[in-house]
Amino acid sequence: MEWEAVIGLEIHAQLATRSKIFSGASTAYGAEPNTQACAVDLGLPGVLPVLNREAVRMACLFGLAIDAEIAPRSVFARKNYFYPDLPKGYQISQYELPIVGRGRLTIELDDGESKTIGITRAHLEEDAGKSLHEDFHGMTGVDLNRAGTPLLEIVSEPDLRSAKEATAYMKKLRSLVRYLEICDGNMQEGSFRCDANVSVRPRGSDGFGTRTEIKNVNSFRFVERAIQFEIDRQIDLLEGGGEVVQETRLYDAAKGETRPMRSKEEAMDYRYFPDPDLLPLVIESRWLEELRATLPELPDAKRERFMYEYGLSAYEATVLTATRELADFYEAVERESGGETRLAANWVMGEFSAALNSDNLEVTTTPVNASMLGGLIRRIADETISGKIAKQVFEAMWRGEGDADSIIERRGLRQITDSGELERAIDQVLAANPEQVEQYRNGKEKLLGFFVGQVMKATGGKANPARLNQLLKERLNS
Amino acid sequence: MTLERADIEKIAHLARLQIDAEDIPLYARNLSGILELVEQMNRVDTTGVEPMAHPLEMAQRLRRDEVTETNQRARFQRIAPQVEAGLYLVPKVIE
Amino acid sequence: MHDKSISELAAGLRAREFSSVELTRHYLQRIARYDGRLNSYITVCEERALEQAAAADRALAAGDAVSLTGIPLAQKDIFCTDGVKTSCGSRMLDNFIAPYDAGVVERCDAAGMVMLGKTNMDEFAMGSSNETSWYGPVRNPWDTDAVPGGSSGGSAAAVAACLAPVATGTDTGGSIRQPAALCGITGIKPTYGRVSRWGMIAFASSLDQGGVMARSAEDAALLLKVIAGFDERDSTSADRDVPDYSAALNRDLAGLRIGLPREYFTDGLDTGVARVIEEAISEYRKMGAEVREISLPNTELAVPTYYVIAPAECSSNLSRFDGVRFGYRCSDPADLEDLYKRSRGEGFGAEVKRRIMVGTYALSAGYYDAYYLKAQQLRRLIRDDFARAFEEVDVIMGPTSPTVAFNLGEKSDDPVAMYLSDIYTIAVNLAGLPGISVPAGFVSGRPVGLQIIGNYFAEERLLNVAYRFQQATDWHRRIPEEFRG
Repeated sequence: MEWEAVIGLEIHAQLATRSKIFSGASTAYGAEPNTQACAVDLGLPGVLPVLNREAVRMACLFGLAIDAEIAPRSVFARKNYFYPDLPKGYQISQYELPIVGRGRLTIELDDGESKTIGITRAHLEEDAGKSLHEDFHGMTGVDLNRAGTPLLEIVSEPDLRSAKEATAYMKKLRSLVRYLEICDGNMQEGSFRCDANVSVRPRGSDGFGTRTEIKNVNSFRFVERAIQFEIDRQIDLLEGGGEVVQETRLYDAAKGETRPMRSKEEAMDYRYFPDPDLLPLVIESRWLEELRATLPELPDAKRERFMYEYGLSAYEATVLTATRELADFYEAVERESGGETRLAANWVMGEFSAALNSDNLEVTTTPVNASMLGGLIRRIADETISGKIAKQVFEAMWRGEGDADSIIERRGLRQITDSGELERAIDQVLAANPEQVEQYRNGKEKLLGFFVGQVMKATGGKANPARLNQLLKERLNS
Repeated sequence: MTLERADIEKIAHLARLQIDAEDIPLYARNLSGILELVEQMNRVDTTGVEPMAHPLEMAQRLRRDEVTETNQRARFQRIAPQVEAGLYLVPKVIE
Repeated sequence: MHDKSISELAAGLRAREFSSVELTRHYLQRIARYDGRLNSYITVCEERALEQAAAADRALAAGDAVSLTGIPLAQKDIFCTDGVKTSCGSRMLDNFIAPYDAGVVERCDAAGMVMLGKTNMDEFAMGSSNETSWYGPVRNPWDTDAVPGGSSGGSAAAVAACLAPVATGTDTGGSIRQPAALCGITGIKPTYGRVSRWGMIAFASSLDQGGVMARSAEDAALLLKVIAGFDERDSTSADRDVPDYSAALNRDLAGLRIGLPREYFTDGLDTGVARVIEEAISEYRKMGAEVREISLPNTELAVPTYYVIAPAECSSNLSRFDGVRFGYRCSDPADLEDLYKRSRGEGFGAEVKRRIMVGTYALSAGYYDAYYLKAQQLRRLIRDDFARAFEEVDVIMGPTSPTVAFNLGEKSDDPVAMYLSDIYTIAVNLAGLPGISVPAGFVSGRPVGLQIIGNYFAEERLLNVAYRFQQATDWHRRIPEEFRG
């Protein structure tokens, strides 16, 4: 039988506020345990929550960006359960009336097609703390620094059909929240987390199979692997005549597999009810309109514009708009290069991105800024240097040796375009290789490359390649 | 609604309350009596009545996003039953 | 000294007739002498009180004093006090010293008041007789066989026996007004949102409201002015000005429209109590008030509605008491579940556990709509009853409690009978309205309270109406024989 996967994702995006959603404690990552857990976060007796305006603003921005309806009135509810990292014994969340209603997000697939994924809802809630399972005399330690950090839980429709689509959706969503500057998207630090609901069904069927929920996945790679593992596991089970059990599973990255959570699975009864310490959240339409005006250009619009304005391919535009920082960088390089749209795209996607990767740097922390890269491209465009020499110059810039012009000058890398000089070098090479000249003239035309190489060698790589090719051919064919 | 022993056990578990076995019949009786009282609510038809969660028709006030709290761990943990290395300790949690 | 009103005491302090230290010492001595019989205090803060009094004396000498500087008071042990145990009447918090002050406590401190101690109460404010306290029952100063009412029974008894000139209380379903009535004092529950709930240990968040227990409306007006007002830490706090309650006390009542709900004067009402209330109403007639019968048709549903909403909220509010970060922790928990279950099972008393279980049940899957949602719908109907009534009357009057104080142990085995005694007070909390109870007479030597209910934020009016009654009567001046000296 042919199987089809049905996947829905619940993404928890930590909102990039300074203080917590219901208290004035800091949300900074990495502090000593419990030093950023104030009385409200600790759930001490008598303390009360007050909602952070910034968290609300960020949720609204997200809603606007996915074309969703922002609820004029939404309600905070308590989700009741006992767990050591949940100090009050309930999580303040939104249940029946979330702030962000139905929206959508378009993803680009590998085959160049795009697909629109439905977003069911997004709601505000508080994060829990962390249980540390290192051994404290056989006990667990609880750090509540993270308790109360604002989260936007973004729930997708079960519209995703493969592990690849799921990661594409997740990447697109991460890009979006970073564009909006509402979440840093840092998966290592847990600022952007994913739970996946996975089921399979016979292709063509429109029912749903029993689903499992995979928790605790903290990178794109692992999400893809975990979902793929789970799809395969479920198909194997069903084909072997077994049944999928509805359960929560954890992804074990070391073993590359999912396993059921060990904690006793009991049907949770969360006893949701409206939090009486908080009043209905009312969003005035005027505020919403003000927020709409502050929306930055979003990835899809920017991608369209890059194709239209710079003549880039869909692929290039997708890569260059993947993050707001990279897109901004591209546009700055393009400007500094004097409008060399294509060269700028090639360089940003090529040498520059490779260098970032190998040094594990971000666009914002690079040693070669947009003006330096633009300057280098200018020199390629005006034929001061060849593309090949440019790579040397780029590496030197990366090492901090100055801007392109000073490196070219200092190292004498200006390319030779002067016909006389090139002809002299060509003559010397042809004279030194009479046999090859003979062979060429007898039809072995691929030897042209050999001559080019020899001249390049003789000129220290500085010969203008186009000019050289042209002159060589003239000489050899005369 | 009459609650049986199993109901009391289930509710007590949900609420994480240890109830002594010999007290269960009394709780069952008390709770059943309370539910009987509560079920008088059914005498009124409330179809179409909007539920009221708060006495005052006010909207949630929003706080400015400012860090106003400083580290008071030592103070807060002075009243904690068991702490170590700044962490609250609980019996081992199994995931 | 202890038979004086707090405005008289304040005047005495200003005139240097006595110092705050002397006044405080006087009350501390009375507590030492009498409270063994009443058990109205859980904690007495002798040293701290004397320090506060000395500071108040310095402020008085320096001319920095405000109206209640140097006046002693008792705080209900539900208000968190930095450095002083806040038990909420529970074993769960027997070791709990809050690292912060409640908003109410901050305001009293800022006004230079002197905290004598923390008063006994029903455990987590759940009770109408003060018998559920882990610290033992409080006794009624008028008859020590009788309950003082609850949950603010300690504050009521302390004020009635002059072991504090004034005290704070909290009222979720009548917990200020009912003990005030049963102890023969004046107690006001303000409009929901009028007094900050910050640092006030929550029982049922949408119903809880802090207020004042005093010997007279005049005293209540003074303390309410101190504790009322906006608190940005409480999302449900009302951001509106606090009037000078004392200024309007003496307003003439001619033309005042008083509504008597016919549902309040039925079979369940003790005939003696009914007679006292009728006499009180005729006092108002004499003052020129117009009395008319009104109807609050959903009155009987207030108790069932309340006993869904309050337990539901409490079941969630009390989840934080889990033995992890503060409070009682059972010994040698075998595992996490054992830690939770035994800490909570041993830390909470029977009534608290009952209510947590009722609330847990009412919110659980499959029952939510039938119980919680239904109760919220009825809550609106009950509120609407009052809204309609206030279109035709200025205040609503009736008994605070259907009977006078009952004897200790009389109802403690029958929760439902106990709940039904809150019939007249509960609806006011569901609606969020202000209410005041004023002493109106006695039946068999036990006090009767007249309840006056006002429209939202009409505390000024309530205090005025109560004050004028107290100008015409002297029930509020009575002090139980045993505690007079």
